[in-house]
Amino acid sequence: MNLSDNIIEISDLSFKREDRIIYNDINLKVPRGKVTAIMGPSGIGKTTLLRLIGGQLLPNSGKILFNDENIVTASRKSLFKMRRKMGMLFQSGALFTEMSVFDNVAFPIREHTKLPESIINKVVLMKLEAVGLRGAAQLFPAELSGGMARRAALARSIALDPELIMYDEPFAGQDPISMAVIVRLIRELNDALGLTSIVVSHDVEEVLSIADYVYIIANQTVIAQGTPQQLRQEKSEQVIQFMEGRPDGPVPFHFPHQDYKKEMCNNVD
Amino acid sequence: MISKKIQLMVGAFLLIGIAAILMLAIKVADSRMGGGGDVYVLSAKFDNVGGLKVRSAVKVGGVVVGRVSAISLDDDFSPLVVMKIESKFNQFSDSSSVAILTSGLLGEQFIGLTPGFIDEDSEILTSGGMIEDTRSAMVLEDLIGQFLYGGNDD
Amino acid sequence: MLTKTLLSLGNSGINFITGAGRAGMLLLGALKPSGRGVKFFPLLVKQLYVVGVQSLVIIVIAGLFIGMVLSLQGYSLLVGFGAEQSLGQMVALSLLRELGPVVSALLFAGRAGSALTAEIGLMKATEQLSSLEMMAIDPMHQIIAPRFWAGLISLPLLSAIFSAFGILGGHLVGVDWLGVDTGAFWAIMQASVDWNQDIATGLLKSMVFAVVITWIALHKGYDAVPTSEGISKATTSTVVTASLAVLGLDFILTALMFS
Repeated sequence: MNLSDNIIEISDLSFKREDRIIYNDINLKVPRGKVTAIMGPSGIGKTTLLRLIGGQLLPNSGKILFNDENIVTASRKSLFKMRRKMGMLFQSGALFTEMSVFDNVAFPIREHTKLPESIINKVVLMKLEAVGLRGAAQLFPAELSGGMARRAALARSIALDPELIMYDEPFAGQDPISMAVIVRLIRELNDALGLTSIVVSHDVEEVLSIADYVYIIANQTVIAQGTPQQLRQEKSEQVIQFMEGRPDGPVPFHFPHQDYKKEMCNNVD
Repeated sequence: MISKKIQLMVGAFLLIGIAAILMLAIKVADSRMGGGGDVYVLSAKFDNVGGLKVRSAVKVGGVVVGRVSAISLDDDFSPLVVMKIESKFNQFSDSSSVAILTSGLLGEQFIGLTPGFIDEDSEILTSGGMIEDTRSAMVLEDLIGQFLYGGNDD
Repeated sequence: MLTKTLLSLGNSGINFITGAGRAGMLLLGALKPSGRGVKFFPLLVKQLYVVGVQSLVIIVIAGLFIGMVLSLQGYSLLVGFGAEQSLGQMVALSLLRELGPVVSALLFAGRAGSALTAEIGLMKATEQLSSLEMMAIDPMHQIIAPRFWAGLISLPLLSAIFSAFGILGGHLVGVDWLGVDTGAFWAIMQASVDWNQDIATGLLKSMVFAVVITWIALHKGYDAVPTSEGISKATTSTVVTASLAVLGLDFILTALMFS
């Protein structure tokens, strides 16, 4: 096997949702074995990017290579084969509500392998141990806190030992403790299991603390990239505004609008 | 994994459903499903079949022995009724007679078959046989007419 | 003004056609053999429980009461002709041909159809469907197909149960209360009800209704806007659309079968 150093290579990708352009000729590489973060303000379609990588959405043009295989043109069958090597942690966790935590984690293993139940049992307990939820195996998703649900979902997405795992806003809406737990988990799982991780988030500090490489996306394209250290040195107005969280700047406070005075006068008829 | 209780309930549900269909078939329709066993065909010509319909019963002494399978008009414009009779009732002689009768005053009409005597002159009817001796349906209007006008006019 | 009307007309036309196309794809997906064999069976059993068993109580109660009411109404009508003996026939025929399939289909749309839509809409909103896809499991096989088949199996059985309990209810009121002779009740019913023409057609009707209701419910859920408002709208729309479809189809089927 002579795989390239990048598990994902996105080139000249454009994506439109109805008339709105989400991405315009975007280029992005995810190095194997590293934690790559994708940051950007809300509403620019970071989740969309993950769905594009997962093949759930098709771009209008461009290529997405996963292990040198183009996801965009892949047949359904080979797409499903590729997805087995990917794990995705959804924002809400997306645990199956009618199954216990144990069965949730066991589910992909039962579906994709013919392992006997005794081995599945061991594998599931190992995965749950890794996220610290072995004690919660028999609970149902409704009985878990948000942070625990996300960890259980994480155990499920690593159940089949994927090569790539994608985190969709893993820190959103978490208290500081579970945030710290998840930050540590992402890093540890990545290094211990030899995974590649993509973290989509807008929590600057958490991301910079774990990421090896960071892309900042705005205005339909990548506006900055580099290691966390490089980004802290970045001089561009836009990047500084995002990193330091300033209310006004190149990303305007006001939604695109026509002249204030003119509009007010027009309405006085 | 699904619990035993669910499996049990689903099993019970399927059983109740099938039991309901069986009850409808046996208790309500009283049918030997799929038209039942062997039949043979007899036909008869009437002057007037009244309200007789396809699938009306053919009865001997009140016992259903077959059903009407077709009603058509013959060349001479008299109604021809084809009946399917169950094969186990195959001992009717050609001197048998049929009449269109009504159950009750307003009930549905059926064919009453009166078996003829079996002697050396008569033959046993076989499939495709014709019953010659027929009596037509009683038409209520004619009956009332006869009653009102003393039966003089026809 | 004219262009505006044309525009909105064209828009709703396009929406309708894309909707129908998506619904068709959904049906195809549900019917396509998945080659999962053994794994499919537990899923089906689970859905038979949700769709069938949980609708049983309402079907039995409704069947009993409708049969009892039919018997009461029918008796007061028939007794005027001195034909109260035909009560059994009247109750059985109206249940088997019309009320059984139609009322149980309407109840099914309200009970099981709405639940299916809400469940699938919720699965969509909580990203469970996406997450299945990302696990390389086709939600058509895992979620849609078992529910579809469960609906298809359940409704004809429910409709038969409805009719059976309706006839029992009719018997209860007609024979035990109003004093119709039990022999006449059953005998006239048996003489007039025919397996092919009355029972089989009724079952066939409810199979058609089952396909339509389950299909509508699954489609509305799968296409729901994944918000709480979207799901509640989709659920309402399932009940309304499915009920109207059942009534319309009933007319067409009756015209085809009994003409």
